[in-house]
Amino acid sequence: MRFSLNGRRTDVDAPPLKRLLDVLREDCLLTGTKEGCGEGECGACTVLVDGVPVNSCLVPLAHVRGRRVTTIEGLRSRLPEALVREGGTQCGICTPGVVMAAATLGPRPTAARVREALAGNLCRCTGYAGIVRALAGARAAPPPRVRRARRR
Amino acid sequence: MVTALGRRSLLEPRSLGEALRLLRDEGPLVPLAGCTDVYVGLHFGTVPQQRFLDLQGLRALRGLRLRGDTLVIGALATYTEILRSPLVRRRLPILAEASRWVGSPQIQNRGTLGGNVANASPAGDTLPVLAVAEATVVLRSLDDERRVPFGSFYTGYRRTVMRPDELIVAIEVPPVEGRQWFRKVGTRAAQAISKVVMAAVRARRPRVALGSVAPTVVRVPRTEAVLAAGGELAEAQAVLVEEIQPIDDLRSTAAYRRRVSANLLAQFWSETTTSRRRGRRS
Repeated sequence: MRFSLNGRRTDVDAPPLKRLLDVLREDCLLTGTKEGCGEGECGACTVLVDGVPVNSCLVPLAHVRGRRVTTIEGLRSRLPEALVREGGTQCGICTPGVVMAAATLGPRPTAARVREALAGNLCRCTGYAGIVRALAGARAAPPPRVRRARRR
Repeated sequence: MVTALGRRSLLEPRSLGEALRLLRDEGPLVPLAGCTDVYVGLHFGTVPQQRFLDLQGLRALRGLRLRGDTLVIGALATYTEILRSPLVRRRLPILAEASRWVGSPQIQNRGTLGGNVANASPAGDTLPVLAVAEATVVLRSLDDERRVPFGSFYTGYRRTVMRPDELIVAIEVPPVEGRQWFRKVGTRAAQAISKVVMAAVRARRPRVALGSVAPTVVRVPRTEAVLAAGGELAEAQAVLVEEIQPIDDLRSTAAYRRRVSANLLAQFWSETTTSRRRGRRS
C-alpha cells in the first residue's frame, strides 16, 4: 500500500483493513501517535490525511492509498513549545493529538475557535485552560526564553 | 482487533456498477464509508462479519447538487462537506446545524450522511432533520433503483427496508417551507450521543421529529395535529409525552427524556413565534 508519510513516499505491506494507527506505530515505527480510547472519542491518535485531521484509530489503511499522511513526527510547529510554556501538557498522551488537531488553525485563532477545533481531544490532566492559552496565543507569541537561553 | 485481522477481507470496487455486482454475487458484504461506526464495532468485537466492501472509490456517491427543486446529497457526503455547503445552509440549515453537533471535527471529517442513515441508530443526529424535511432515500441494486420515503425507511430498532444487495446512493430533499428548528440535548456539547434530539418546521402544518425517544427516529403526527389545529402548547406537550416511547438506558431515563422532549417542543414553539432566527444552538 503506497502513500506519502510526512512528505516521503512509503510502501507498507499490511492488510488493507489494518487501522492506520497500528500501521503507523507497528509498521512505520512512528510511535508519536498515541492510542487512547480506540473508538474516536479521545482524539489522541489524530493525524492529518491530505491536511485534514482524522482519528487514525478509525481509518483503514486502504483509505490512505495515494494520500498524504502527516503525523506528529512530520509536523514542523512551535505549538509543542507553547504547550510546555503554558502548562498545556502533563502526562503527554493527549499532546500529539492536540497538536495535530490544532495544526490546521490559522494564525492567531481565538480561544473559541481553539475550543471548537479541539472539541474531539480529551485531556484528563490539564483542565484545558493551559492548552487553550497556549494554542490561542501560540502564533503571536515570541519564542520562549528558556529555549533561546539553552541554545546559546 | 489486530489478532482477527487476518481473516478479514476488503473488496475495493472502482465503480458503482462493480460495487453492486459484488454485493449481489459475492455478498453478504458490509459497506464501508467513513468507518466511524463500523471501526468502533470492530474494535469492541461487536461486528462479526468478515467481508467488507469499500465505497470510497465510488465517485457516483459523492457531492451535493441541486436537481430542479430537489437538493441531492450523495451518500458519501461528509458532515464537514454538509456543514460547509452553501446549498445546504440555504435550503436546509438545520442539516448543517445537526452536522456541527456530530462527534467532533475529526469525526465530521470522516463520517457520512449515507452512513448515518444506514447505521440506523435511533440516536442518529441527522435523522430527525431528514424526517421533518420528508427526504427520500435513493437505493440502488444491480437491476433496480428504489426511492423510499424517509418515513418508511426504518422498520424497527436498527432495522431498515434495505436489502443486502442494495446501497444508499443519495438522499434527496425537497424544498422545505417554513421556519426550521433543531436542537440536540446531550451530556456535553461535543462527543456526546444524544439523550434527546429534535428537529421541527414551523409551517401551516407543523412538523416535529425526535431521536433517542423510540426504537427508531419518529415523527409525532398526533402532536403535529394539535399544533396544526391551533391547540394550546400544553395540550401538544401532553400528547407528545404519550406519543413517544423513550426507555431507561445508560445515557438517560425515560422520564427525563419525556420531560426534555416536552421542553424542547415549548422552546421550538416560542422561538419560532417570537424570532425569525433559523435553527438554534444549545
